[in-house]
Order: sequence, then C-alpha cells, then structure tokens
Amino acid sequence: MFIIKKISNLATVIFGVLLLTFLLIHLVPGDPVDVMLGESASTADRVQLREDLGLNQPLIQQFGSYLRKLSVGDFGYSIQTKTPIIELIKMRYPATLKLAFLSLIIGLSIGIPLGIYAALKAGKWQDLVVTLVSVRLSAMPAFWLGPMLMLIFAVWLGWLPVSGMESKASIVLPALTLGFGLSAILTRMTRTSLLEVLNDDYIRTARAKGISEPNVIIRHALRAALLPIITIVGLQMGGLLAGTVITETIFSWDGIGRLLVESIEKRDYPVTQACVLVVALSYVLVNLFTDVLYRLADPRVKFAS
Amino acid sequence: MIKKLSLFILGFWMIAVLAGRVLQFSPNHIDLNAILSLPNSTYLLGTDDLGRSILARLLRGVEVSFLVAIIVTLVTMTIGVFIGLVAGFFGGKIDRILMQITDIFLAFPGILLAIAFSAVLGPGLVNLMIALCITGWVSYARLTRGQTLSLRNRQHVQAAESLGASVPRLIIKHILPLLASILVVEATYSLASVMIAEASLSFLGLGIQSPDASWGAMLRDAVRYMLVAPHYVLIVGLSLMSLILAINLGGDYLRDKLDVRTEK
Repeated sequence: MFIIKKISNLATVIFGVLLLTFLLIHLVPGDPVDVMLGESASTADRVQLREDLGLNQPLIQQFGSYLRKLSVGDFGYSIQTKTPIIELIKMRYPATLKLAFLSLIIGLSIGIPLGIYAALKAGKWQDLVVTLVSVRLSAMPAFWLGPMLMLIFAVWLGWLPVSGMESKASIVLPALTLGFGLSAILTRMTRTSLLEVLNDDYIRTARAKGISEPNVIIRHALRAALLPIITIVGLQMGGLLAGTVITETIFSWDGIGRLLVESIEKRDYPVTQACVLVVALSYVLVNLFTDVLYRLADPRVKFAS
Repeated sequence: MIKKLSLFILGFWMIAVLAGRVLQFSPNHIDLNAILSLPNSTYLLGTDDLGRSILARLLRGVEVSFLVAIIVTLVTMTIGVFIGLVAGFFGGKIDRILMQITDIFLAFPGILLAIAFSAVLGPGLVNLMIALCITGWVSYARLTRGQTLSLRNRQHVQAAESLGASVPRLIIKHILPLLASILVVEATYSLASVMIAEASLSFLGLGIQSPDASWGAMLRDAVRYMLVAPHYVLIVGLSLMSLILAINLGGDYLRDKLDVRTEK
C-alpha cells in the first residue's frame, strides 16, 4: 500500500520536474534561438535550429514531443558540438558518480566515529571541540571549503594535484570537499540519535547484564541509532549531487556538474536542460530508494502502516 | 560567549562597511602598478588581479550581499507564508495542489533550480534575485502550512470563527501572530542560506557581474590566482567564514532564545 501511494506521488513529482525543465528554455528573455546562436548566425541556421528544437510548434505539442523523445533516451543534440546529449551524459555521469561515492565513504568514515565519540563525551570539552570544529567548519559551503583545501594541500603542502583528472590522486581534494560537508551532518545526527538511545531502558539492561561497554555501544545502541542516519545519508546523497556542480567546477573534474556549468557559459541550453533533468531525477530516485530502505529496515514503521 | 562573538563579528562588518562609505573607498579603482600586491600601507589587505583594493571590494561585496539577502528573504517569506496559510487554512483540494507544487520544487536538490533559472535568465543582480525568489519560498510554505494546520483547530480560532469573524481576520489576527517567532528564526537561517546561494551563483559566474563586487566572484578570481597570490584567496576565504559562522551562530542563539522547534 505504502509503495503504491509512494509511486503514484512520485509519478506526479516526476511529471512536474519534466514540465519545469521543459519550460526552462522558454524562460530565456527574447528569442532563445538568437541567444544561443548569437548575432552573426545566418538566417538558414536560425530557421534550422528553430525547426530542430520544435520552437515553432504550439507549446503543448512541444512538450509532447519532448516527452516522446525522452522516453527513448533522446535528449536532443548539443548546439555547440552537435553531439547527441545522451553521449555527453554517458561520458560525464560516471565521473560524478565516482566522486559522489567516494565522498559518501569519506563522510561516513569521519562522521559516524566522530558522532559516537561526541555522544560518549557529551557535555565534556571533547564534545564541544568536535561540535565546533567538525560540525561548524565542515558545514561551510563547497565553494569555500574547496579553495581552502586546495590552498593548504595542493599549493602550500604540495601533496595533491591542484585540479584536473590526470592523476589518480586528483579525486582526493574534490571528494574531501564534499565528504567533509556530509560528515558535518552525519556527526551531528549520529551524536543526537545515539544520545537519545543511550538513555533507554534496554541499554541499562544490557549494561546490567555485564556486556562490555564497546559491545553495548556497537551492538545495542548503534543499531537502533542507525535508522535516522540512513535517512540522512539518502537525503544528503541528493545534496551531494547538487554540490558536485560547484566542486567539479573548482577542481576541473569532468563530471555532469561541470558539464552543466560549461553548457551555461556557452549558452548551450539543451545541454543545460538535460543536465538539470538528470541530476533532479537522480535525486528523486535516491530519495525513493532511501524511503523504501528505511521502511524495510525498521520493523516498527512496517507494522504501523 | 558564542553569542557575543557572533554579535561582535556582525558588528565589526557593519562598522567596516559604514567606515568604507564614510572614507569613500573606491572598490572599482584600478591601479595597474599594484597588481596582486601583498597587504601594505596603501592597500591594507592587498590588491586583486586588476590592482583594485581587496578591502574596498570586500566591503562593497558584503553590502550587496546583505541587500540581496534581505530583499530575497522578505519576498520569499511573503510568498511562502501566503501560500502556506492558504493551503493550511482551507485544506482539501487547494492544499493538495499547492503541496504537490512544493513537492516538485523540492525534487530539485540544493541550489540546482536556482542555477537553472539564473542560467536561462542570464547573469546580473536582478536576475539573480529573481532566481533566488522563485526557488526560495518553498521552505516557508511548508513550515507555515504545517503550523496553520494545527493552529486552525485551536479553540481561540474556532471561537472567533463561530462569532462570525471573516477569513482574513481569522488569519491575520488569530493565526499569523502565533507564527511570528518561528518565522523570525526561519528568516535568520534563510538570510545565511541566501547569502551562501548568492555567493555560490556568483562563484559560478551566474550572479553579480564585474566590475560590481561580490564575495563569490572574488573567491572565483582568487582561486584563479591562487598560485601567485595565495593571500587573496586566504583573505576572502577568512572573511566569508567569519560572516557565515556569525550568522549561523546567531540563528542558533535566536532559536534557543525563542524556544522554537523547527521540524522539517
């Protein structure tokens, strides 16, 4: 029942996302064809592009053919390079996924241990330091964190490449930039949800039975505290996808975020449209997946519904 | 202590902006003999790649940034609160449709939608604000709707309704005042997030355009000259950090003080 409701709701949201991205090109002030081709383009080129984009058809019909083409994976072609957009996306998307995945691992491996540590030391100075340093500093936006990490690790210390994708180590700085942001939220979340659980009766029972403290924390407390963490990770994966736009631009990482920014600079609107759509749809799907996972992982939620 | 620190930082920037105005710093004055120079007696924080004073540009930038943040926050709050009140008060079909629309806006992660809108609208201060307004009202609408839904059934509202109070009167006199504190807290956070969004867009080259000063655009230039002039990126970065931390800490303080629990 829950899944059916979720999916019907999802269908409306996806329809809305498609409609909004479709309308984007019509928000261009003036004639989008003039803006894309520039002043010097020939009349023949203009007519051709207008024809190709279907801009001389009624709006409803345009939307219909937009959906029809999308359903067979046809995103149109890039105005600048004339390549089919689907090819560009196939080329760039894996790099973004790789970056997002590594950032997720970094975020988890910093955030959860720090959160546990802060929860165990709650109220003491260690807790304060963790909250202040990790939560505050890491929550700084990517366009701040990225340049600062670049300055320290690439320019001053010279440990890592400044930008690009040539060496294997190139991924480290962009992944750290995104991973730190994620770890800030995870630290806070782990700390809060662990603290809530630690006062529960069954934890006292576990301790009273003489179970060792690490076992109480890991097997009893953390298991219960993990659920809200799953949700946060899911929600943040989407934020991560959006964050890649800025991070990829800073570090010249050739993912879909950089493709988006490049397409905006070149006024290659069909590519812009496609990138926005792909990132938004990824976000919607990750959220759905998290939601389902959460229901499956928590028996209480299942029984309640 | 944290509260004092955040107030101190905010006060510091405000006084600095005023001082910059009084002393008539010129953020657009180009000195080609002093390109990317280190902090010195003429240029207290050094100069950028066109020999413009970093200090003067930082001060002008923070002014613009505050202006954008305040305008966008006011506009988005008005739109969002209106939509939220209508949805929460009338319920039913109107509520479903309005919430469906907010769901669609929420399906775009982070500032992606603002990036998309400013991409098609073109760069510039006004378009930047339009893009941020189009995407910023959603959180207010959600928050207001949730609160209105429960306030609608409070006894004082029902009493007023049965005494024949009109709908606008019910909303303005009996529901809106109870929303005030939660909205004030939301507004502080949104000030910070609008400033960050503005800087992000300007960083990507989508926001405020040269020669107008903006911290985001300055940071982008600074990154470009990081190898030759690391002081540039450091100064802009530290200034940005101080301001964002101060506003966020201020928001936390305000939330504790007004004892508002925001659930989103």
